[in-house]
Amino acid sequence: MTTLVGAVIVALLLWLALWTVVARDAFVAVAGFVVYGLLLSLVWVRLAGIDVALTEAAIGGGLTGALLLGAVGRLRATEAATAAERAGPGLRVLAALLALAVTAALMLAVLSLPDPAPTLAPLVVPNLPATGVGNPITGVLLAFRALDTLLEAIVLVIGLIGVWSLAPDTAWGGRPGLRYRADPDGILAYLARVLPPIGIVVGLYLFWAGADHPGGKFQSATILAAMWMLVQMAGLGDTPRTDGGWLRLGLVIGPLVFVAVGAFGIPAAGAFLAYPETWAKPLILLIELALLPTLVLVLALLMNGPPRRHGGAR
Amino acid sequence: MSAIVDLFSIAAIVGGAFFYLAGTVGLLRFPDAYTRLHALTKADNLGLALVVIGLLPQMSGPLAAAKLVLVWLLVLLSSAAVSQLIARSARRQGEGRR
Amino acid sequence: MDEFLLSASAFVVLMVAIGLVRVARGPGRAERMMAAQLLGTGAIGALLLFAVATGEAAVLDVALTLALLSAFASIAFVKFALRQDSAPDDAQDAA
Repeated sequence: MTTLVGAVIVALLLWLALWTVVARDAFVAVAGFVVYGLLLSLVWVRLAGIDVALTEAAIGGGLTGALLLGAVGRLRATEAATAAERAGPGLRVLAALLALAVTAALMLAVLSLPDPAPTLAPLVVPNLPATGVGNPITGVLLAFRALDTLLEAIVLVIGLIGVWSLAPDTAWGGRPGLRYRADPDGILAYLARVLPPIGIVVGLYLFWAGADHPGGKFQSATILAAMWMLVQMAGLGDTPRTDGGWLRLGLVIGPLVFVAVGAFGIPAAGAFLAYPETWAKPLILLIELALLPTLVLVLALLMNGPPRRHGGAR
Repeated sequence: MSAIVDLFSIAAIVGGAFFYLAGTVGLLRFPDAYTRLHALTKADNLGLALVVIGLLPQMSGPLAAAKLVLVWLLVLLSSAAVSQLIARSARRQGEGRR
Repeated sequence: MDEFLLSASAFVVLMVAIGLVRVARGPGRAERMMAAQLLGTGAIGALLLFAVATGEAAVLDVALTLALLSAFASIAFVKFALRQDSAPDDAQDAA
């Protein structure tokens, strides 16, 4: 029974993915993509990857959809021109062959993986209690492979700076995105007043639960960023000025604290990002607390785009 | 006692599944945007509500039951608001004026 | 009881997955938003059933996250659709 359901869902996923790629209208394709993310998070739950399912539901089901919609809005002007371009049949056949070749190579690679797959999980499990956290994913992300997480956080900030660099000189430092307006007595405004407090509580709960259960700073930051975007979309608050002092402090505080803790590890435990005994849990908590505002700001600002209004001196 | 509770759960969940079915059938078969929206909200409200009511006696503790009720309330709130907004968008596009 | 809950979960997923037809065919934007909304609610219901069936409490958190984020995604869709349809001077700050 469950294999039948699984097979049906896989078939649906494949059909949906194909349909999303060939859809003509960009809005329709984004709707298909969001639905694809929802189905995929169900698949992750079925495969017992709850942390991944949380991230997929949050990012794939929500944030990426909104991000792509923003992109679709920007591309309206050129969409007619790109739709008019049609590649010749020879080029399309070549592209199809190339795609098929890559797919075949991937399938071969996956099917020829050693079984049982090589894994470090048996090493993680006995060493996990030393880190003080109960969730092995949190342990790997913030203790055993903390260097990867640090580099990812820095890359996120650099990515945001890259997005900001698309702003014209006159707009640098200004507010990104559009100023949404909605009827202040209407439904959207009501929802944007009621939902964010609940969302903030849920986000903070997920952050706290991430130590021992699926969750953690990234999923929590996604929920918090989505709630902030909701307030913006209802016109209850404008996007922030990108030259604000608190904003920029919040953006860098995550990586800074992370590097500071890592540097502290050199005299205290012998290596960069090593945690001394019994200090592991508080240090991990400190890093997570510092990374949370950074992630929230980066995610929300990435979705807003480059600064466009009120640039220059305040 | 627990057999009665299980029976109640099964009945409620079957009812919820029926409303999900009804919602899907309505979404596929009704003629225009507003009637489809009506069918959708039946699945959102009654389907999920009956499923939650059926699951409440099966939860392992008050925290889990509170989470269940919170999910239900969130979906109620957001689906009510979003349905209104979708209807407004459908009207702006001029659908249903046949 | 657990088997029943698992089958109910699978049934709900299959039901709303059939609603995907509306995403593909639906002649207007509203239909596709509705199908996404239906799939979101169906996924939440299926996840709740699955959580109780397997006793995995963390799946409830996934359902909670989905509830919040699918509301956000639906609002993003509606905002986009409304912006495209309304008059150009309605509500957007022109630089």
